[in-house]
Amino acid sequence: MLRYTLRRLLGAIPTLLLVIVLAFLLVHAAPGGPFDDERALPADIEANIAAAYHLDEPLPMQFLRYLGGVLRGDFGPSYSYRDYTVSELIGRSFPVSVQLGMLAMLLATVVGVSLGIVAALNKNSALDKVVMGFAMTGISIPVFVIAPVLVLFFAVKLHWLPASWTGSEGGSRFLLPVLSLALPQIAYVARLTRASLIDVLSSDFIRTARAQGLGTAAIVRYHALKPAMLPVLSYMGPAVAAVLTGSVVVEEIFGIPGLGQLFVRASLNRDYTLVLGVVIFYAALIVLLNLIVDLLYGAIDPRIRRQ
Amino acid sequence: MKTIRLLPVIVVMLAGAAVTLHGCGKGGSDRDARQSDTPVLDRAISAEPESLDPQKSRSVQAADVLRDIGEGLVSYNAAGEMIAATAESWEISGDGLTYTFRIRPEARWSNGDPVTAADFVFGLQRLVDPATAAFYAAELGNVANAADIVAGKRELDELGVSATDERTLVISLVRPTPYLLSLLTHPSTFPVHRGSAEQHGDAFVRAGNLVSNGAYVLAGWEPGAIIELHRNTHYWNDAETSIDVVRHHVVTQEMAEFNRYRAGELHITSSVPPDNFDQIRADYPGELHIAPTLGVYYYGFNMAKPPFADNPELRQALSMAIDREVLVEAITGRGEAPAYSWVPPGVDNYEPVQLPYADLSRQERNAIAQSLYRKAGYSGENPLHFELRYNTSDTQQRIALAVQAMWRNVLGAQAQIVNVEFQVLLDQMREREVTEVFRSSWFGDYNDANTFLAIMQGSSAANMPGYSNAEYDELMRSAGEQVDLDRRRLYLEEAERVLLADHVVIPLYFYVSKHLVKPEVEGWQDNILNYHYSQHLSLGAAEQDGRP
Repeated sequence: MLRYTLRRLLGAIPTLLLVIVLAFLLVHAAPGGPFDDERALPADIEANIAAAYHLDEPLPMQFLRYLGGVLRGDFGPSYSYRDYTVSELIGRSFPVSVQLGMLAMLLATVVGVSLGIVAALNKNSALDKVVMGFAMTGISIPVFVIAPVLVLFFAVKLHWLPASWTGSEGGSRFLLPVLSLALPQIAYVARLTRASLIDVLSSDFIRTARAQGLGTAAIVRYHALKPAMLPVLSYMGPAVAAVLTGSVVVEEIFGIPGLGQLFVRASLNRDYTLVLGVVIFYAALIVLLNLIVDLLYGAIDPRIRRQ
Repeated sequence: MKTIRLLPVIVVMLAGAAVTLHGCGKGGSDRDARQSDTPVLDRAISAEPESLDPQKSRSVQAADVLRDIGEGLVSYNAAGEMIAATAESWEISGDGLTYTFRIRPEARWSNGDPVTAADFVFGLQRLVDPATAAFYAAELGNVANAADIVAGKRELDELGVSATDERTLVISLVRPTPYLLSLLTHPSTFPVHRGSAEQHGDAFVRAGNLVSNGAYVLAGWEPGAIIELHRNTHYWNDAETSIDVVRHHVVTQEMAEFNRYRAGELHITSSVPPDNFDQIRADYPGELHIAPTLGVYYYGFNMAKPPFADNPELRQALSMAIDREVLVEAITGRGEAPAYSWVPPGVDNYEPVQLPYADLSRQERNAIAQSLYRKAGYSGENPLHFELRYNTSDTQQRIALAVQAMWRNVLGAQAQIVNVEFQVLLDQMREREVTEVFRSSWFGDYNDANTFLAIMQGSSAANMPGYSNAEYDELMRSAGEQVDLDRRRLYLEEAERVLLADHVVIPLYFYVSKHLVKPEVEGWQDNILNYHYSQHLSLGAAEQDGRP
């Protein structure tokens, strides 16, 4: 297990290097520079700014300088937040995205799996149709519609909850963003659980269990649920990565200082160091989460561990 | 009996959530918890300031916050009229080349230190220091030796700014600069507290480190979300400050901003969403503030390439065929004024020159435009084909589509509209390789015609069309030599006349500032600069419209 983990982690190094090279080339290939503006700068000032950020050096030089920094854990200064370093910005915004993402995924898992079980056990009944109808709606309505509607209802009309991150300092500011993030995920998880559970419930070992006189509750709980969770789990890996790295739309609507908003702003402003920093961070996170999911697979399904 | 192994996963997630919620309680830990009876002003800025270092910042949003935190030698009152600030008085020499300021004896930094002339020298030297890499370093171009210092050809202490004693600051210029006082209201010319800047280095602008001399002091800064300011009790005019806590919320989406305003989370918005404008005008008559501002929206011609280089008649034809009234009424629709000059109306000491055809009727304009178009060699059988480039956005696209239709209907010209990302458009405008007609805008940095006219000089980096006319440059140079404001004005007006007659730009409309301001906010006055210092505002009895 340990050797496997180590091998996977070492294997990630070339991947990350490749990501760094590609991302570096791509951001520098994009037209326009980080300090371009309608208010174009006189040549002397432009030269001073370029010198201050080493943008006057040849690209290979810049790359080596950057790589050297990364190896020392220094991702450089941000160009669009001139008072902050990239590490600081990621360090500040990632926890915010994690808080939101964890809550949203927890909600999605608990509610989604429960709904999926209910729907699977009542296959083709009215209840199933209601649940799956809800799930279809959740998947079809985009977040940029869900979020403003929630705001309009709970914040503008009822004044129950803050309309934005900075509208309150308590935990209540989490509710609407978490709900907006979780609703589509609940829908996905419910559908996956239902389909997978129905599949498992029709397999031979379940029939055996039934023949031994086990009740439905016990069958689901001790025999069916775990194998049925495998597709859900493989969906959760990338989904967790996606919510942890920030949902741009939700962050923009609620004004949440998370990683997604940071990344979009950085790309639009050609904030080379910040874009690279976030991309590398994102890549490392995905590698890590995929590894965790693979390890969890083994924990849940002994058949996989034996292979 | 085997327990479900999924349990650990859920436990881990629950633990994560618990930690998360525990964190929520102290989520605002770097912001002081406010008491319910302290007056708190919640206002919006439309983007995160790139810096709160007065010399390193650049954007309008950064300046909005910095005007609350710092103070220059001179400033503006709520109506946008210039007033004495950290300087209590000043003298200007007869030749207009020497300005002598007396610093207020009671001026204090937020740590209680006196604000001295040397602090201003330090700030201004910092502005031109190549190592600072300040965007606004060129603003001091008329100060003796400033340009050479920026170019690295002279030492910092050769800058024509000196402190003759603790309270006397002398600024020496190489040519009269009647707008110098306006420049000195800009945050880039604010003083810097030397001790804290040297002690903390780049981090001197962080909350807790920043020592400032304005009505407020930085209390908390969550990048991407909020900047919280507290009253600076050492400020020389603190007795006049009414609001204790000001919170600048970063709100990038206009619709989200409007919802926050409606939910009672904002007293002042930075804009108004375009799609609901008529509804908002009907629903919030006393709270909607629309005012002219110093900004022009224009289409420019690429003067480096055919078909528009060397073809003033063709340029004029395209300019005349545009119905600006339709654009501002049917498309932008938020009180913008159609533009027939390059300099917006309302600028101090100036009367904008009108385009030669401004007085003609629509029919007359169309007839002349058509004949100019034919004279340039184009017709229905041989239409002009060209590209109009703009940066991707709803408003830009609607305007481009309308103008495209006007050009087609009036002239038969075939414009292809091309949208590109903003940074790409900037790059293409500078290169002048692929652009033909492009969209751009210009906002004045100070209240003077020079801020608009100077950029069209051949040597200006912001001269996007690549306009170069010796007569224009000579007029601008002569204007720069004048001490007498009336004579200077004549040169500037003549320069604008030359610019407009060359039709290198098509001014389309002048921007307006758009705010929603809650009725309980007192002291708000619309002004052309769109500067609204928090220190001039106060909060009356709030209607119980429920802040959550």
